[in-house]
Amino acid sequence: MKIRNPKELEKLRNKLLANKDPQKPCINICASSGCVALGSNRLINALAKELKERGLENDIDIKETGCHGFCEGGPLLIVYPEEICYLRVSEKDIPNIVAKTVLNHEIIERLLYKDPVTGKTIAKQSEIPFFKKQERLIIGNNARIDPSSLEDYISTGGYSALAKVLSQMSPEEVIGEIKLSGLRGRGGGGFPTGVKWASTRNAEGEPKYVICNADEGDPGAYMDRSVLEGNPHSVLEGMIIGAYAIGSNAGYIYLRDEYPLAVTRFTLAIEKARETGLLGKNILGSGFSFDVTISRGGGAFVCGESSALFASIEGRSGEPRAKYVHATDKGLFDKPTNLNNVETWANVPLIINKEAEWYQTIGTKKSKGTKIFSLVGKINNTGLVEVPMGISLREIIFDIGGGIPKGRKFKAVQTGGPSGGCIPEQFLDIPVDFDELVKLGSMMGSGGMIIMDDQTCMVDVARYFLTFLEEESCGKCTPCREGILQMREILDRITQGLGQEDDIETLEQMGQAIIDGSLCALGGSAPNPVLSTIRYFREEYMAHIRDHKCPAGNCKALISYSINQAACTGCGACLKACGTNAITGEKKKPHTIDPEKCIKCGACVETCKFNAVEVS
Amino acid sequence: MKKKLKEIIKKYGSNRSFLVPILQDIQREYDYLPREALNALSQLIDIPISHIYTVATFYKAFSLSPRGRHQLSLCMGTACHVRKAPQIRDHLVRKLQIEPGETTPDLEYSFNTVNCLGVCALGPILVADGEYHGQMTITKADKILKELEKKERTTKKVAADEN
Repeated sequence: MKIRNPKELEKLRNKLLANKDPQKPCINICASSGCVALGSNRLINALAKELKERGLENDIDIKETGCHGFCEGGPLLIVYPEEICYLRVSEKDIPNIVAKTVLNHEIIERLLYKDPVTGKTIAKQSEIPFFKKQERLIIGNNARIDPSSLEDYISTGGYSALAKVLSQMSPEEVIGEIKLSGLRGRGGGGFPTGVKWASTRNAEGEPKYVICNADEGDPGAYMDRSVLEGNPHSVLEGMIIGAYAIGSNAGYIYLRDEYPLAVTRFTLAIEKARETGLLGKNILGSGFSFDVTISRGGGAFVCGESSALFASIEGRSGEPRAKYVHATDKGLFDKPTNLNNVETWANVPLIINKEAEWYQTIGTKKSKGTKIFSLVGKINNTGLVEVPMGISLREIIFDIGGGIPKGRKFKAVQTGGPSGGCIPEQFLDIPVDFDELVKLGSMMGSGGMIIMDDQTCMVDVARYFLTFLEEESCGKCTPCREGILQMREILDRITQGLGQEDDIETLEQMGQAIIDGSLCALGGSAPNPVLSTIRYFREEYMAHIRDHKCPAGNCKALISYSINQAACTGCGACLKACGTNAITGEKKKPHTIDPEKCIKCGACVETCKFNAVEVS
Repeated sequence: MKKKLKEIIKKYGSNRSFLVPILQDIQREYDYLPREALNALSQLIDIPISHIYTVATFYKAFSLSPRGRHQLSLCMGTACHVRKAPQIRDHLVRKLQIEPGETTPDLEYSFNTVNCLGVCALGPILVADGEYHGQMTITKADKILKELEKKERTTKKVAADEN
């Protein structure tokens, strides 16, 4: 079926909506990578079987959706029209859900969200505190549509922004609208999107390329994966609109090969859009043509950097080049190229549909719209949260995220991935936007927020990021290749208790030199995790260097394991778990650890149910 | 091998810019990049072998040596790191007696660490033969290894019985 013009698209949308009975029961199950890892595919099969056995397959719909964001509660299932949200559902629960909730409108309390403080259960998804404080403009649709169905996307208003642009707006007007909206790049740089589009449009040279950067490599960030898996057409629609505005007929999406499900879903979205005439030649009868090729990444973090990404698409190793010539003038194949990240593209249809004036009302003075953050690490409600810019870190971590598990103490939040920094508690009330986080020595980056508690060692975190970057440095420029290695070796020494008094000063000096001398942003921001932890946690560094102690109980060389004789019940679990026979003791009598044999692997801590193993 | 290569090349055309996806497909076919395949590819699409090796050694996803029958990948992303993934890595290194990135001499296991699989909510993540296992602990990892061993014994037994 081809949709030949905007009118036909509207007709199709009305037909789809007319055929839809909002009262018909529908069970939505999250089928994104996270929930699939928890077994949501098995739930879907069990549900299909159950409905078939009861002869209900035509009366009740099953919908496989994208990520809802509340990954902590996965696998997640919602029964419509009541919007009853069940968490941590297993196959065994399926017959009950069908019999009780779907057929008899009875709620199964056990599967509902339970407030950890009041113990009260909440049935509706939108009323769970995790969702209540969010403004889910981009990922909200993930829970409602089947990402493999173009019809689902169209029935929720999909491609109407494209139709509007092609039939009513000139390319300059589109760029003007995006400029006016204040949209800034969501990949980390925060560059004004409209300005970039205009530069590419005005650059000399043909053809012009439009690229979607889906090489989401920041460890701890997975919002782009979820948008691609859950709502691929929204990204595609944004790209087509951008291409029209810029005057490009060819696009690429550079997608991580580590995200197989996103590759599958985006491939399908491209095929369906092509079949229906929303992509390819003469889109919606406008005379404008544009097509997208998928380029799968080879697993190199540096390829998220624009010039390295171009090199990779061109079939070379992903080494960046100096940026005195902008990509908007000479990018991919040395032609004018416009690169935006997944979340940025997904914002475009929204801005066109609801207009720039509306978009401007969300966010802070210089950072407009919402931002998706992945809230991970030591946090109760792990998941994806979409919030208006300007919300405080405290609201995100404590109101939405539900605070720190096991009653432990918040220590720091790491933002901006390996280019960012760690922010301590005294700054939790600052508004989160592009500029405020930079002032604190960190950055927003692509939106990873890793929460750390008092058991996380900040020196170890700094060392972790440097190890990561040392591995991922392409090796082209010396400050990055050699500097990161040298800094990492100093941190190795510190965590082994071999630090020297002047190590901190050396780290600070080297850090500045790497920032000043590196070729691309990878090296240019690599020292940030070290510098920011020195800035806020100097005492912890000093404890390692001067006292040979790791206050967080993390650095192996500086800790020892012992068993609290009063708490140990002599159950023998640790004795069995110990791989080096370091633990001895008679049954039902307190055990002991032989420090000579102990390799500090942590197996005993993990198995002990009585918290008797102590680390000091 | 040449026939298979030609099929893969046909999918993309012999354009140099498709070198990465072509290598990905070759790896999918043979589970690593065999030297003969790379030599043949160099001739078929007329790209110097040195260039192919530059690319094949740059990207982490490529392996130039055969990998084990069972593949274990441990996520070392930040979220997994703060939830004690390093302990699990050390444990697997001890158990398998290989470093991350290596394969056991009997070609039974390959073990590697990866930088974020984007399933941070369930960290630490261990992927065993393509299957994701979340909230990993040392005890759970041992269980997974045992299951893989059991599976291996059964397949060997079936093969022996058939012979």
